[in-house]
Amino acid sequence: MGKTIAEKIFDAHLVDNPSGDMHVIKLDAVFCHEITTPIAINDLVSRKKDRVFDAAKIKAVIDHVTPAKDSKTAMQGKIMREWARRQHIKDFFDIGRNGVCHALFPEKGFVRPGYTVIMGDSHTCTHGAFGAFAAGVGTTDLEVGILKGVCAFHYPKTIKVNINGERPEGVYAKDIILSVIGRLGVNGATGNVIEFTGSAVEKMSMEERMTLCNMAIEAGGTSGICYPDMVTVNYLWDFIKDSYFSKDAALKAFKKWHSDSDASYTEVINHDISELKPLTTFGYKPDQLKEVTEMETVKVDQVYIGSCTNGRIEDLRAAAKVLEGQHINDTVRGILAPATPGVYKQALKEGLIDIFMDAGFCVTNPTCGACLGMSNGVLASGEICASTTNRNFNGRMGKGGMIHLMSPASAAATAINGFISTEHDIKEGGNIH
Amino acid sequence: MKNFNGKILFLDRSDINTDEIIPAKYLTEITKEALKPNLLEDLKLDTFNPESDIQGKNIIITRENFGCGSSREHAPWALEVNNINLVIAVNFARIFKQNMFNNGMMAIELDKPVIDDLFKVFSGKETTLTTDMDRNIFLLQTDGAKKEISFSLSQFDRELVMAGGWVNYADSRY
Repeated sequence: MGKTIAEKIFDAHLVDNPSGDMHVIKLDAVFCHEITTPIAINDLVSRKKDRVFDAAKIKAVIDHVTPAKDSKTAMQGKIMREWARRQHIKDFFDIGRNGVCHALFPEKGFVRPGYTVIMGDSHTCTHGAFGAFAAGVGTTDLEVGILKGVCAFHYPKTIKVNINGERPEGVYAKDIILSVIGRLGVNGATGNVIEFTGSAVEKMSMEERMTLCNMAIEAGGTSGICYPDMVTVNYLWDFIKDSYFSKDAALKAFKKWHSDSDASYTEVINHDISELKPLTTFGYKPDQLKEVTEMETVKVDQVYIGSCTNGRIEDLRAAAKVLEGQHINDTVRGILAPATPGVYKQALKEGLIDIFMDAGFCVTNPTCGACLGMSNGVLASGEICASTTNRNFNGRMGKGGMIHLMSPASAAATAINGFISTEHDIKEGGNIH
Repeated sequence: MKNFNGKILFLDRSDINTDEIIPAKYLTEITKEALKPNLLEDLKLDTFNPESDIQGKNIIITRENFGCGSSREHAPWALEVNNINLVIAVNFARIFKQNMFNNGMMAIELDKPVIDDLFKVFSGKETTLTTDMDRNIFLLQTDGAKKEISFSLSQFDRELVMAGGWVNYADSRY
């Protein structure tokens, strides 16, 4: 019997098998941010175990609320900063260099095929786009990861989602992952890794694959995962060129992290996207979906473009393409949060920031902020937000607020019209308000 | 070992997420105790009033996919500081379940018909639950009704409960 990529990664990292199917695995990277790490740091201090298993394998960032908005968030930042200094964590990203963790760390080349990664953040599944096993964990798992470099998981089961078919125009990776979540349901993949394969995935950029893997958790998945290929090699090349003689050599090495053809799966789903339409959510769960065109009666108060799902340069380009030469509706507050300083600078270079600002968007610094109702765009009760983020939970962006998840192109179109719209509405009808 | 006995809070809904258990705005707290007043304050459930329904309860019985969403361990902590160390459901989101055991708390899964039956017999009545860790049995009691339910607990999860959580366990072994 062959193995899945997740099984191969587990077998290569096995430390202990304490009982049943529990596997304690060695970690290649432990990522930390200022919301879930300070309590772990304080606990380690109180246990007189204030140390780290390997400072080079720990990467830390202040991203959720930055710059600090009050004394409490300032204290969280202070705890992180002082810890990173005293533990000699070289890869610590503070103000000016910080961005949304799941966009920033890939950009820095911290994730490689075959890696095991944990972070105290549920969207850690994003990094599976590189052919890694990457899982969100709680603070206690994070604490043990920091101290010992290990984490315990059930041996991974896998659901394989084969995504095939020609992608229609106006349909983005966000629409595709929403459609997969709609099919699986919010707990359809609980206890499983979701392996994304098929011709549509092979054609995707790394950024699109990250969008796909990012929302694996919204179906309950432990990690999203894509097979590493030449797209992966090209993305990582600057970081790995000293380790491989050529790109082909790197590709050959990475291919060991492909599932065997006779691997066994919980379920194999064939998902054809050739008829897919742009999607948005309508309720408080990400599997409650409608076509965007079915929701065009819904007026919005705010449009938010950003986050670990859709705050990367390709997302900004897609939105800017819709916004170019347009102005957002007077009734809408448009907020753009480029996910990293790198994305921000590139968007400046390409003139995208001009397009957003000329259209009437407010451009904020890179931060998770509004996505979880922390800062930089919190909703008032009764307000509605079209958002490129990943969760439409009740109260998520502010108590009593309603969130409709969608792609950056749909969000941009919605900002222009003032009600939920697709990019086709703008292209075909112009500014129709 | 933590206390797994006491009065039951029935939450008759599936997919209760961690934002509902403890909203993100409280994640700026750096002590567990500070989370105490805000447990379940955003729960979307008509029959539930967080102001009056949590006080004095020690166990939650609920439906499917409890604890979905964010990885925040603040969710089990908010339960813990309210003296709730045991949640019983049809199933849980993976991270939430692991977080519970990592704190020496318990997230126990029972079959859907069993949960359905517990809601039918005990919901709306003042019910106490006693956990027998040696025999893996919950004893539920209310006026006029009494029921023994067996549960399963993996060896690993049991060891986490006995050790008082994953830090103690891992520190002694790795």
